[in-house]
Amino acid sequence: MSDPIALSAAEAASRVHAGALDPAELFDAYQSRAAADELNAFTWVAEEPPTATAAMAEGPLGGVPLAVKDLFCTRGVPSQAGSRILQGYEPPYTATAVERLEQAGAPLLGKTNQDEFAMGSSNENSGYGPVLNPWDRGRVPGGSSGGSAAAVAAGLAPWALGTDTGGSIRQPASLCGIVGLKPTYGAVSRYGMIAFASSLDQAGPLTRNVTDAALILGQMVGPRDRCDSTSLEFPESIELPTATRLDGAAIGVPEELSGEGIEDGVLRAFEETLHIAERLGATVKRCRLPHAPHALSAYYVLAPAEASSNLARYDGVRYGLREEAETLLEMYTRTRRDGFGAEVKRRIMLGTYALSSGYYEAYYGRAQRVRTKIVEDFRAAFEDFDLVACPTSPTVAFELGARTGDPLAMYMSDVLTVPMSLAGVPALSLPNGMSDGLPTGFQLAGPPFSENRLLDVAFALEQAIDFDAVPARA
Amino acid sequence: MSDGAATSPNDGLDGFEPVIGLEIHVQLSTATKMFCSCPLSFGEPPNTYTCPVCLGLPGSLPVVNARAIHFGLMIGLALECELAPRSSFHRKNYFYPDLPKGYQISQYDEPLCRGGRLGEVRIHRAHLEEDAAKLVHVGTSGRIHGSDVSVVDFNRGGTPLVEIVTEPDLHDPVRAREWLELLRTTLRQLGVSDVNMEEGSLRCDANVSIRLGGSVALGTKTELKNMNSFRFLERGIRAELARQAELLRAGEPVVQETLHFDPQTGKLSALRSKEEAHDYRYFPEPDLVPIQIDEDMVAAARAQLPELPAARVERYESEFGLTAASARHLAFRVELGAYFEAALAELARAGDGHGGVDAAPVQIDPAVAQQLANWISGELVRRLGEEDPADSRVAPAQLARLVALISQRAITAGAGRQVLDRMVQQGGDPEGIVETEGLGAIASGDEALAGVVAAAIEAHQGAAEKIKAGNAKAMGPIIGYVMRETKGRADGAEVSRLVRAQLGLEN
Amino acid sequence: MIDREQVLHVAQLARLELSEDELERMAHELSGVLDHIERIGELDLDEVAPTSHVVEVENALREDKPRPPLPREVALAAAPLVLQDGFAVPSPQA
Ligand SMILES: [Zn+2]
Repeated sequence: MSDPIALSAAEAASRVHAGALDPAELFDAYQSRAAADELNAFTWVAEEPPTATAAMAEGPLGGVPLAVKDLFCTRGVPSQAGSRILQGYEPPYTATAVERLEQAGAPLLGKTNQDEFAMGSSNENSGYGPVLNPWDRGRVPGGSSGGSAAAVAAGLAPWALGTDTGGSIRQPASLCGIVGLKPTYGAVSRYGMIAFASSLDQAGPLTRNVTDAALILGQMVGPRDRCDSTSLEFPESIELPTATRLDGAAIGVPEELSGEGIEDGVLRAFEETLHIAERLGATVKRCRLPHAPHALSAYYVLAPAEASSNLARYDGVRYGLREEAETLLEMYTRTRRDGFGAEVKRRIMLGTYALSSGYYEAYYGRAQRVRTKIVEDFRAAFEDFDLVACPTSPTVAFELGARTGDPLAMYMSDVLTVPMSLAGVPALSLPNGMSDGLPTGFQLAGPPFSENRLLDVAFALEQAIDFDAVPARA
Repeated sequence: MSDGAATSPNDGLDGFEPVIGLEIHVQLSTATKMFCSCPLSFGEPPNTYTCPVCLGLPGSLPVVNARAIHFGLMIGLALECELAPRSSFHRKNYFYPDLPKGYQISQYDEPLCRGGRLGEVRIHRAHLEEDAAKLVHVGTSGRIHGSDVSVVDFNRGGTPLVEIVTEPDLHDPVRAREWLELLRTTLRQLGVSDVNMEEGSLRCDANVSIRLGGSVALGTKTELKNMNSFRFLERGIRAELARQAELLRAGEPVVQETLHFDPQTGKLSALRSKEEAHDYRYFPEPDLVPIQIDEDMVAAARAQLPELPAARVERYESEFGLTAASARHLAFRVELGAYFEAALAELARAGDGHGGVDAAPVQIDPAVAQQLANWISGELVRRLGEEDPADSRVAPAQLARLVALISQRAITAGAGRQVLDRMVQQGGDPEGIVETEGLGAIASGDEALAGVVAAAIEAHQGAAEKIKAGNAKAMGPIIGYVMRETKGRADGAEVSRLVRAQLGLEN
Repeated sequence: MIDREQVLHVAQLARLELSEDELERMAHELSGVLDHIERIGELDLDEVAPTSHVVEVENALREDKPRPPLPREVALAAAPLVLQDGFAVPSPQA
């Protein structure tokens, strides 16, 4: 029989359902690949399939194993959020999103490497070493869900769970040449997701194609989770996409997110995809998101502010790393000195400063108002357009170490993804070409709960683009 | 309702006027914690009532307890507050081992309740928050080299709290204590809290300052923390007022600080602050959504409001004709009010409180009601102290009958006190005790009484002369003699009449 | 701009111990980021309401019904130091 690794997740699931593929065999095939991972994509790999594999195979996800970003709590399994301060931490409970997927038939394959507490755009901020890009091991996979993206791109996992706060699913998906979807804020429960910035964090899938993304997203959303006050009931079920034409679809291209600062190769691929969309019947027009140029500034106030508070619980008292000291104060400051990496400290400092007495209004208050304007910008754009489109990342995957010395340059990696995060709208990255031998990404965003539309349009484009490049597989 | 101390509580302040505001934390008696489904703990072994949320485990999220909102609204209504149509939670950030997340979820600029009143004190605001865990000092341990060790028990962590902040409307320590007692009674009536200061379900901090009498500007205030009984609250404030007055007299400034009152020594000491630089970095709690208070929620809270002490005072005055002081005394101690009403019901049932036996609705003679009230808040409380009379040997019906015996002059008040002594000590019916002890009042016109009076005049000739000379006060020793001889069974007025008659004076 | 003293103060609030080198570097890096961020000062936002949340839900309330708590050994399982069934720390007042 054919190599199960070559199958997409949806194909594998339907073969399992048809009795043509043994789910235990499928699990073993991926397990041995994940265990032999040379990209440092995994921080933990399951030793054997869960005993319930047979029952799982009957679920909609067909027993197709799932790689899960380290920051999702998984009971009895290390959940370290890429941080040394949580080294070896095994939570007593499992995140709602993971639990729903397990119940739908996706057994846990392993935990994937990430930037520490999801703070980063290159995966170089992991406490467990950087992840290598499977297209070029001298380059970063993007971040913060870099391990999930690299694992899926390299065929170490059929699909993976990531989280996106300012682009952490979409940007690594783009840099690794796979599909990444950040759902509407609130669509997927945050319960059990180790928090970075609560008002922005959102879980979503990283998959080889659009159909896989739809299949798995359908099992992540649904009734609201009573354990997450900000979770929302998804108003409809997620359908597998079927569109081949885009007649009647109006796509807006925000000027602010499609010109300055974007690499030529990325821009060229973007324009080509827009032509394809037009060929398929869509109307493509320029549009405005006037406040988008300020999104990055607002984001780098709001996200660190929330993070500074979310990360206060790592104090050496109840779990995680602790540096013993004679006084409580020293115990705190040394534990946090040794447990957090440089970027996490930088953001804690930035966020603490932005909330501190005398600066709150100038930074946090203003950033919240900018956020209001950005929400309004998107709302206005969606009155004229079904979707907006822009590149996902201004560049293809960059070299390891290229931006580690310059925080601001690293933050600029998020410039095209952060506006959608602030607005809480769903956005998807679709591989749409190659530039200098590295994949580029095409980003589509829609109004809240327009995931079905997003997936359909992305599916039609995917078929037409016919992106079939894959990194060399070990 | 002063405790009758001869000296004013503000003596020794040299014309400085105290200004006192209170901050009260009330643990709500919900079934579960504020933001998680753990049961509330009442002394269970440490760390047995916890979950990912109240331990602050990574990834856990808070969800607001609906009943805590409901109780908060009941409190807001009882304190005549304005209920916020929209309310929200903030994070108050600081590090402390009893605070698992590194922040407390509290309310900041959108509290549940604002601007109310209880008695003469205005309420600034009342808001919801979560309680801290318990930090117990255990001494030194070899495990942490060279340092003292404390252990954290998270059972209490996350218990729902309502923080009530008053305006600085109190001006003496006794009133502060009395007002807090009124608040406790009100909250107990509401059934929203155990309100027990010793057990910590009611905690009170006081903001204290002094200013020159008549001045409008407030002086520098200090904060007195966690005085864990009503008595300590009063004593702590008193001590702090004295300290501030002494500073000002010496020309030294009062420094804004947080103080701890040690009831053992009566001394105040500065508390080491939780964070050297107080900067709580409040910001909106992104894990929670705003609370929208709709009419149904308010109606549900209103429907569960019992009669509150303030309303009860009014009813006691209008319905039973009690004096204001008497009505307050009974209404502010719920258990006394309950006892009073049970005893009244007995009087009404027995038809002793009014003229007609079968008249309905029953009208209690205000004089009898007042007498009953006096016996409860005077004689009975004097014998029982803080004990709930419902737990005593004296049933309300029995006390009612005792008062009836007195009001019908079947026994004298003095004999009644002796009967009550027996009832409190051994229990029993008042009629039976009167019978066995022979305490029945000597009927007017009783020959024997006239004889005793004659003997009394004989024994106190001097006094008799003074009475004849017009000094009515001289009657005392003679009446005392008669009372001793009759074991208090004689009616004082009757004795007085007989004395005057035997001395040939007009009555 | 943020100077060394401010960095030190913020580090204290955040309970982070920073070495002399880190202090200097942090002051430099944060100043660069803050310079960029401060561009939002150019916008006229006086009439704009702040957004804390993009979800339009209210009253995500929970019924007051108890659920079984964690067994104590589970609650304490990850604790760095356990004494007397509690989480041990250096005493705050020491
Ligand atoms: Zn709990």
